[in-house]
Amino acid sequence: MDRRKFLRALALTGAAFSIKESGAMSILSQSGANVKSGKPFDLVAVMGGEPAEMFKKAIAELGGLGKFVKKGQVVVVKPNIGWDKSPEMAANTNPQLVGEIVKQCFAAGAREVKVLDHTCNEWRNCYSNSGIEDAVKRAGGKMIPANEESYYREVPISKGVKLKRTKVHEDILDCDVWINVPVLKNHGGAKMSIAMKNHMGIVWDRRFFHANDLQQCIADVCTLDKAAVLHVVDAYRLMKNNGPQGKSEADAVLSKGLFISQDIVAIDTAATTFFNNVRSMPLDSVGHLAKAEALKLGTMKISDLNVKRIKL
Amino acid sequence: MLRKIRIAVSVSTAILLTLYIIDFAGIMPSWFGTLAKIQFLPALLSLNIFVLVSLIIATLVFGRIYCSSICPLGLYQDIVTYISRLVNKKKRFRYRKALTVMRWSFVLATLIAFLSGITVLVGLLDPYSSFSRFAVHILKPAYQAGNNLAEFIFTQFDNQTFYKVSIYLVSVVSLITTIVLSMFVGYLAWVNGRIYCNSICPVGTVLGFISRASIFKIRINEDACNSCGACGRTCKASCIDTKNHIIDTSRCINCFDCLDVCSTTAINYSYSFRLPIKNRKKVVNASRRRFMMAVGVTGVAASKLLAEKTPIIGSSTSVIRKTPITPPGSQGVDHLLQKCTSCHLCVSKCPSNIIKPAFLEYGLGGIMQPTLNFDNDFCSYDCTICSDVCPTGALLPLTKETKHTNQMGQVQFVMNDCIVFTDETSCGACSEHCPTQAVHMVDYKNDLTIPEIDNSICVGCGGCEFICPATPRKAIFVEGIESHKTITLKKEKVEEVIVDDFGF
Repeated sequence: MDRRKFLRALALTGAAFSIKESGAMSILSQSGANVKSGKPFDLVAVMGGEPAEMFKKAIAELGGLGKFVKKGQVVVVKPNIGWDKSPEMAANTNPQLVGEIVKQCFAAGAREVKVLDHTCNEWRNCYSNSGIEDAVKRAGGKMIPANEESYYREVPISKGVKLKRTKVHEDILDCDVWINVPVLKNHGGAKMSIAMKNHMGIVWDRRFFHANDLQQCIADVCTLDKAAVLHVVDAYRLMKNNGPQGKSEADAVLSKGLFISQDIVAIDTAATTFFNNVRSMPLDSVGHLAKAEALKLGTMKISDLNVKRIKL
Repeated sequence: MLRKIRIAVSVSTAILLTLYIIDFAGIMPSWFGTLAKIQFLPALLSLNIFVLVSLIIATLVFGRIYCSSICPLGLYQDIVTYISRLVNKKKRFRYRKALTVMRWSFVLATLIAFLSGITVLVGLLDPYSSFSRFAVHILKPAYQAGNNLAEFIFTQFDNQTFYKVSIYLVSVVSLITTIVLSMFVGYLAWVNGRIYCNSICPVGTVLGFISRASIFKIRINEDACNSCGACGRTCKASCIDTKNHIIDTSRCINCFDCLDVCSTTAINYSYSFRLPIKNRKKVVNASRRRFMMAVGVTGVAASKLLAEKTPIIGSSTSVIRKTPITPPGSQGVDHLLQKCTSCHLCVSKCPSNIIKPAFLEYGLGGIMQPTLNFDNDFCSYDCTICSDVCPTGALLPLTKETKHTNQMGQVQFVMNDCIVFTDETSCGACSEHCPTQAVHMVDYKNDLTIPEIDNSICVGCGGCEFICPATPRKAIFVEGIESHKTITLKKEKVEEVIVDDFGF
């Protein structure tokens, strides 16, 4: 083998590897099921991989992030960054997952990707110690503060039962699309904190929620006109007990799961069902699920949906 | 030359210290905080022997260089004096007699106040603390307003370098005290230069006393002097008696201004191991003794009166506490009141803005001492900044681990006010914010959960109190304790859980 052939072989091998990882190829190889049933998947569930890897697989099943993020758009990615805790505690969304989503937003042509959360602990510590700030900046995204009331604008919640108006972060209201990226957690008050509960990080006054039927308000806020274009539930580590903050790493379970859907009720139902693997949590005890279904935000009947399950 | 070095040192010390005090964004490196720890009174209170000995040795060798180079209140006065001279170009200083009785009365008052545990007086007289409060209550809000303006402008151009900050009025009493005190010191400086340092400041008096024995001194060479009086007119400490060619070293702050104006170099900064010649006859008379005694007695009586703790309930906080909550590392009310000079560095540096100067929570003697207030935020579990920055040892350093087990207050739960009880809807906001789960949710009725408290693991961070949505009374709040306690946290076993199915 001469040098030229060797280099060519090397280049081709490299190219082959890079193709294998790209979303475009995955769509081609995975679209069989889609073609067969003729309708797109409502929900994709992945198990057994690393956070970024599972997201790549899942989004490919839905046709790539380009289906949701268009060229030139301003995108907000909304993870849960509520607590000044390290990723191992599972109190916040996994930083690798957030980084991967930001990266793919840019790959889909996003002009700008912003990441924010109205934190519970001191916001600068939450942003940095969660590892999310670092991951987002490396992927080229921007961390946006959400710690001051002046960042929020009041909007009507026309379909809300208890919550009629609330102040929502201006970047959520002004962006082209936003992606909701919660982490799967037990919650002392709301029972579960997943995609719907994650909306409490885009509003200013959370005390109102707690004081006026928390479960109903959680469902109400999800009827916001500016709905998230996609929900990605991080269940790489889930918080089993003492949520949403957790006492120690003993509260976290390495469950290696990921769910992705546009149906917020379905994804929260699926994630809660998955949570039942580690701890009993009847669906009807998680009040906001049924309340959101009543508001026609989605369905709790996973069996009626076209679900793609992937085990890695 | 010496004058230029003095100006360079004092300006850079004061600027760095000020930037450190007012820095809300954590941009300034933490070692800038050393500039607060090398101040005389904080070092004395925290028994920082190294700093104390260094300052005393420096004074014994070079004279009162502390007052002109390190003390930030000194620079503040120099700036005021400088401006007054710009405004009135004909301004001249002249020699004044030493106000010895007054000076020592203030030292005595400080001592008595300290011994009787009313550090509020010590804090009012300590030059560093006065300056620090000036920075916290006046300069910092201005700095924050500037930041918010910059944020507004930069964000218009889509630049996210700046972020908005809330500007809180932390304490009306402290603000008024600070304005009055800085105007008072400023007025004295405008009219009479460093008269504050030489008649009121206890640090100035003590260092002045030490500096009489200093090796290096400013001296007048009578043979070379043409008695023009220029040095006396420029001396802002009014300590050069040009007629008799005598310098009162105890009041000389070593600003070296006189060296630069002397046309004949008759005035110089030189060393000599000889003890100073007694310039003045010692006048000890009965009336002075009586006066000193009267000052002493009044001081003791006043301090006893002030030390009476009369907590006045229902001050600025919405939650009425029987005992105020003292900051982490303070060990309790007694230790705090004994050591704190209310410089408010902790107030300024707290990232959550929950440390507020007290009004009457600690009684009259504890006005302006720091206490925790959970109206706007709560104490971060991992944060130890207040105890790290405290220069006086009122807040002793904590590590993250010792902070986790330091109990500064105890949680109180009033079920009748709780949302879950009154409205029968879910809440759990308190437990959500509890780092140790001293507040945890237990089964109630209809799939509801209600808080349950365990004070054996409560750190008193106030997360529950801050977030509790119950109105008009919080259903959960933290009650202060006289002495901080150490709690024991159970180590939790990590269970191995294998999840191998979606479940749907």
